[in-house]
Amino acid sequence: MTPNVKPLGIDGRESRRILSRLASRVLLYSAMFLLAAIVILPLLYCVVSGFRSTGDIAASPLGWPDLTRIVNYQTVLGSGLFWSAFAMSTFIALVTVCITLVTASLVAYVLARMEFRGRAALFTLFTLGLLFPSAVMILPLYLLLNSLGLLNNPWGIILPQAAFQLPVSIIILRPYFRSIPAEIEDAATLDGCTHLSFFWRILIPMSRPAISTVAILATVVSWNAYLLPLIVFTSTAQATLPLAVRNYSTQYSQDTAMVLAFATLAMVPALILYLVGERQIVAGLGAGAVKG
Amino acid sequence: MTGETKTGAVAAISGSSRRHRPAGRAARKAGWIGLFTAPAFVLFVLFVLVPLAFAVYYSFWHWDGLGPLVDWRGIANYQQALADPWFVESIRHALFITVLSVVLQQPLAMLIALALSRKFPGRTAFRIIFFAPYVISEATIAVVWLLLLQPAGPLDSALGGIGLGSFTQLWLADHSIVLLTMFFVITWEYIGISMILYLTGISQIPRELMEAASIDGANARQMFRYITLPLLGPTTRVAVFLSILGSLQVFAVIQIITDGGPFHASETPVIYIVHKGLQETSMGYGAALSVILGLIGLTISLLYQRFVFQRDVEGAVTSYAG
Repeated sequence: MTPNVKPLGIDGRESRRILSRLASRVLLYSAMFLLAAIVILPLLYCVVSGFRSTGDIAASPLGWPDLTRIVNYQTVLGSGLFWSAFAMSTFIALVTVCITLVTASLVAYVLARMEFRGRAALFTLFTLGLLFPSAVMILPLYLLLNSLGLLNNPWGIILPQAAFQLPVSIIILRPYFRSIPAEIEDAATLDGCTHLSFFWRILIPMSRPAISTVAILATVVSWNAYLLPLIVFTSTAQATLPLAVRNYSTQYSQDTAMVLAFATLAMVPALILYLVGERQIVAGLGAGAVKG
Repeated sequence: MTGETKTGAVAAISGSSRRHRPAGRAARKAGWIGLFTAPAFVLFVLFVLVPLAFAVYYSFWHWDGLGPLVDWRGIANYQQALADPWFVESIRHALFITVLSVVLQQPLAMLIALALSRKFPGRTAFRIIFFAPYVISEATIAVVWLLLLQPAGPLDSALGGIGLGSFTQLWLADHSIVLLTMFFVITWEYIGISMILYLTGISQIPRELMEAASIDGANARQMFRYITLPLLGPTTRVAVFLSILGSLQVFAVIQIITDGGPFHASETPVIYIVHKGLQETSMGYGAALSVILGLIGLTISLLYQRFVFQRDVEGAVTSYAG
C-alpha cells in the first residue's frame, strides 16, 4: 500500500501512522461500499425481478431470476404504452428545453447588457419565482390550463414548465452574458451587427457552457416531472414516462413482476444519458443549483 | 442605477444638438428591449404570476372551480384552514421532514462529499453511483420503493437474511414509522444533489491553503474545522436552503407510496392541497391552503436571506438585482 514501508527497523511512531492510515482506508471503503449497496440493491432488485414471474416474487421476494425469461420486458416493449409515454416525455422535454433556452437567453441578454429604466425591477420580478414553492400555484394553473383548452395536451405541460424554468435559467445566463467584454460588442456594432445578430452570432456561441447548464437543468426537470403531468393528463390515455409508471403500477398492482419490468425500462433512457454525459450533467446541475 | 441616469442625461444632451437620430435610436433600442423581453415576460406572467394572483383571489371564495364565483367567504377559508387538523398536521409533517433534512441529510451529504474529495481508487465510480438516483424520476423510484417496502416483501426478507429480522417494521402501515420511511426514500433519492453541491464547493477550496495548514502541523480535524467548513459556508447555505424549499413541497414520492396514509399519517401540504382542490373540488379552500403554504415558504426564504445569506458577498437571491 504505502511505498515507504521499510521491512526492518520500523519505529513505533511510523508503524502507528501506517496502521492508522490503513484503518482509515478500511473505514472509508466499508462506508463507501455500504452506501453503494444501499443505492444499488433497490435498483438491482427492480431489474432482476423484471425477469421473474409475480408468483415467484411472492413466494420468495429475493430469489434469483432466470435471465432468459424476458417475457415481461417483451410484453412492456410490445405494449405501445411504454413507447407512447416515451415519445410524449421526449417531445415535452425537447420543446421545453428549446422554449426555455430561447426565452431565457433573450431576456437574460437584455438584463445583462442593456441599460434601461426598470431593469432591476424586471430582474427582481423573475427572481420572485425562486422564493416560494412552485406547487403553490398548481390549483389556479389547473383552472387556467382548463380555460385555455390545454388540459390533456402536451403544451399544457410544456409552457408552464418553461415558465417555471425561467428564473433559474436567467440567473445562470445573466452573469455569463455580462462577462463577455464590451469591446467585442462594440466591434460587432461597428461592423454593422444589430442586437439580434450580435446575440445570435456572437453571444450565444461564446456562452456555450452556461447554455448547456440551462439545457441540462431543464431536461432533467422536464423528464422527471410528476405533479404537472398528473394534473394536466386527466385521463390515462396520454402520459409521460413517470406518469405511465405510476398508472401501470396502479392498473396492474397485482402483477408485481410486470410493474418492475416497466419501471426498469422507464429508468433506462435517463440512466443511459447519465452514464454518457455524467461529467456535464453533474457539473451543470451543481452549477445550476448553486446559482439557483 | 447611476449608469442609467447618466446615459439618459447624455442622450438628452446629444438629442438637443442632433435632432432626430438619438430619438430614433432610443426608440429602436426600446424596440429591441421589448422584442427580447416579451416572450419570457408573457410566459412568466401568464403561467407563474397570474396563477399566483388567482390563488390569492380564489382563496376568498367558496368555489368548486366550475360555476361562477358567487359565494364570497372573506377570510373564512383561512380560519377554517388554521383550524383544520389535517392541514395543520400536514404542515407539521413538512416541517418534520425539513428538520430531518437539515440535521441528518445535509451533514451526511457533506460527509460523503468529503470522503469523495479524497483521492482513492474507485472514487469516480462511487460518485456516479451515489448521484444516480437523482436522475431517475421520482415516480419510478416511488413505485420501486412501494414494492420493496411491502410487509414480508423484499426489504423485510433482506433484513431477515442478514440477521436483522427483528428490525422489521410495518414500514408503510405504522403511523408512527411511515414518515421516517418516507424521509428515508426522499433522502435516498435526493442526497446525490446535495453531495454534488458540496463536492463542487470543496473542489473550489484552494489546495495551497490545505498544504500550508498541513506544513504548519494542522491535523485533519483542525483542517476541517478551520478551513474546509468555513470555506464551504456559502455552499452549505445554498444546499440547506434548497433542501428546506424542497422539503416543503414534497409530493411525488409520498403521493405514490402512501397517498398521505395511513389515515393522514404521512400527508404533506401539497398532497392535501391537490386532494382538496381536485378530488373534493374545493378550489377556494384549496387556494387558501396554497396561499398559506406559499407564505410559509416566502417567510422562510426572506428570513433565510436576511439572517443567513447576508453572510455571503453574493448568493442572496435579491442581491442579483442591479
